Amino acid sequence: MSADPANPFSERIRAAAAARQALRLRGGGTKDFYGAGLRGEVLDTRGHAGVVAYEPTELVVTARCGTPLAEIERLLRAQNQMLPFEPPHFGAGATLGGCVAAGLSGPRRAAAGALRDFVLGARVVDGRGRELAFGGQVMKNVAGYDLSRLMAGSLGTLALLLEVSLKVLPRPPAELSLRLELPQAKALESLNRWSGQPLPISASAWLDGELTLRLAGSAAALDAAAARIGGERLEAAGAAAYWDGLREQTAPFFAGAAPLWRLSLPSHAPQLELPGPQLVEWGGAQRWLTTNAEAGTVRAAAARAGGHATLFRAADKPAGAFAPLPATLARLHRQLKDVFDPAGILNPGRLYPEL
Amino acid sequence: MGEALPLKDPALQARVAGKLRELLPARAVLWEEEDTRPYECDGLTAYRRLPMVVALPETDEQVRRVLQACCALGVPVVPRGAGTGLSGGALPPGEGVLLSLAKFMRVLRVDPLARLAVVQPGVRNAAISDAAAAFGLYYAPDPSSQIACSIGGNVAENSGGVHCLKYGLTVHNVLRVRGFTMEGEAVDFGSEALDAAGYDLLALAIGSEGLLAVVTEVTVKLLPEPECARVVMASFDDVEKAGNAVAAVIAAGIIPAGLEMMDRPATHAVEQYVHAGYDLEAAAILLCESDGTAADVEDEIARVEEVFRRAGATRMTVSRSDAERLRFWSGRKAAFPAMGRISPDYYCMDGTIPRRRLGEVLRYIGEMEKKHGLRCPNVFHAGDGNLHPLILFDANDPDQLRRTEAFAADVLEKCVDVGGTITGEHGVGVEKIDQMCVQFGAGELETFHAVKRAFDPKGLLNPGKAVPLLARCAEFGRRHVHAGKLGHPELPRF
Repeated sequence: MSADPANPFSERIRAAAAARQALRLRGGGTKDFYGAGLRGEVLDTRGHAGVVAYEPTELVVTARCGTPLAEIERLLRAQNQMLPFEPPHFGAGATLGGCVAAGLSGPRRAAAGALRDFVLGARVVDGRGRELAFGGQVMKNVAGYDLSRLMAGSLGTLALLLEVSLKVLPRPPAELSLRLELPQAKALESLNRWSGQPLPISASAWLDGELTLRLAGSAAALDAAAARIGGERLEAAGAAAYWDGLREQTAPFFAGAAPLWRLSLPSHAPQLELPGPQLVEWGGAQRWLTTNAEAGTVRAAAARAGGHATLFRAADKPAGAFAPLPATLARLHRQLKDVFDPAGILNPGRLYPEL
Repeated sequence: MGEALPLKDPALQARVAGKLRELLPARAVLWEEEDTRPYECDGLTAYRRLPMVVALPETDEQVRRVLQACCALGVPVVPRGAGTGLSGGALPPGEGVLLSLAKFMRVLRVDPLARLAVVQPGVRNAAISDAAAAFGLYYAPDPSSQIACSIGGNVAENSGGVHCLKYGLTVHNVLRVRGFTMEGEAVDFGSEALDAAGYDLLALAIGSEGLLAVVTEVTVKLLPEPECARVVMASFDDVEKAGNAVAAVIAAGIIPAGLEMMDRPATHAVEQYVHAGYDLEAAAILLCESDGTAADVEDEIARVEEVFRRAGATRMTVSRSDAERLRFWSGRKAAFPAMGRISPDYYCMDGTIPRRRLGEVLRYIGEMEKKHGLRCPNVFHAGDGNLHPLILFDANDPDQLRRTEAFAADVLEKCVDVGGTITGEHGVGVEKIDQMCVQFGAGELETFHAVKRAFDPKGLLNPGKAVPLLARCAEFGRRHVHAGKLGHPELPRF
């Protein structure tokens, strides 16, 4: 918990803006695969590291962008707290800045909320090299537009995240995982029905005819819920490894050579008729698909179901990583990019070609 | 606080009303003073201004046309929901159109399997939970004004409530917002999925105080009603002990459904009004609600009681029935109207602070009561650090009004000093616009204005609210010498 050093990035960003020189903001590089083209000179954020403030009873941690995500999680665990959105690391070097810029959430997302739900404030350097602070370190704050939350998932195209404050929560007192044999359609129906009941489900995954659930709460509540849901109880170590394999995409499902798609859909959307194996998470709201189907086919199916499809991992992303935006939203995106980065030097093209 | 009525331009009024009457049914365009008077203020009654024209569209298409027409005429538009806002966000524009969404009152769809409701912006907050109750579902954010406030206004202000420590604010419970930009372009932020492609414009729109877009449809998440809920009411003989008890609950790994504090002046004001059964001897009381499965609640209530006992609680009562639980809450929910019974007027503040600074801030408020010669009971969303000090005054006495304003400014600036914010859930509106100069520097304010221009290049939608002009901050800095130095010496001076 060291004193704040002078921001080491403003000068570099100012010079790059003057020279119209693209910068590629990068922490540990564990998410280099995510998004589209990687352009520009690398600006390594790892030197700007350290937890600035952590007061467990305030439920807030503030840390610099280069702080290893693993270090923050260790610190929280020692106080029996956690990042509720279970962010994927995708490698040993993951940093807080990369985690927030990517905006990805793990298995607990449907139950606890997404990364963006836990962002309380951010100190950033915009594309003109100005250091700006939005939000704060308190739970409720409606002063000014919520620009710190806008940074979550913006893939470094708006500003460099210098420091982020996140809300944290206590770890659940107990967890229990269950496994049931169910076809996908039946699993989707059950997941949506259970989600409408006061059941302590903290994660779910369906793959190959097996639905796995994780319950979290008091031991008594877990026993009651398990009796109601049924299925076979998994032993604790095996269950932890299973959820970790999903969160970090080290499970065999993710090992194939075919492009990996992430479909974000209404949880009750019916099973998709697309070629390739599917893995369902988040109570039906996140579906992974490995397929060689055309990008247009996958995106159209996602849109018909009321959601959108991201080409998550692929050797090549000629149709872009993210679903194209309607014209009005695309214009608003360009105008917001201009607000923060008028020279267009911060991670250009990483989110959309024109940003 | 009150602003002088600007002079009307009768020719402009006739032109705008005439144009809107071409677009809307005759009953939907008001300009006679007797018709427009009810729209002169929102819940912040100290600020009043008669709108030039009031438009009451009934369909999306009518909203679009009104916006396009006003945009073409260069006339400002202020959207309004139920008019219960506490920061003057719906204060009418002088020479402009007040756009009321009061006719957008339909619950369009409740989908129990998908656990969502699609509603029009004029639907009352509590009416959503009423519509969902048949399916065992409810909408979680519950501002104290939930029987009257509309979901459109909740979206504009990112409203909270007494349960937001566990269940979040409006931004955590809305899936999609549809509406129009000032130029009349249809926009759709978010989706029925849990996220949408691109920047998180939904998060940006929520809490934007009606400056970025006009909302015509809101899709909210519904949650299963908890199997049961119980409240522990605990008394403390010292306000700081109560504050420490709140931190101890969190330290024990408990996130209660609600955790509220009221000080003695507040319980006294409320008790004579609603008879909630509060301990009038206590320096402060805490209300701590636990919800979930019966097993979870029993376990959590026992842990909370133990924490409170160790923290020095002098008395504890646990609700034995739902009726008793609601009675405990009734006093808290009636705190604002109760003040209206013991004082001609009250002024509600909304700062948020890190909880560990509570004792210091309450002592400071006590000092300010003496300095400004006004009483100030406190109610407090203790779990999330959101303070609602209520300054009691008489608006008919200009000096009391002036002292109230100075009192409020001192308290809000104290909140910023201790690392908090000037508004936790009521919004900036016109009320706290000067304090924005204390909370933010020139770079942040410029960025806010630039974001506004990205959505509304002509600056016609709810202009002059939420974000101060830099020139106004410079003027505020000149007027406001704080602890011997200017509030923001780094601001450019004009």
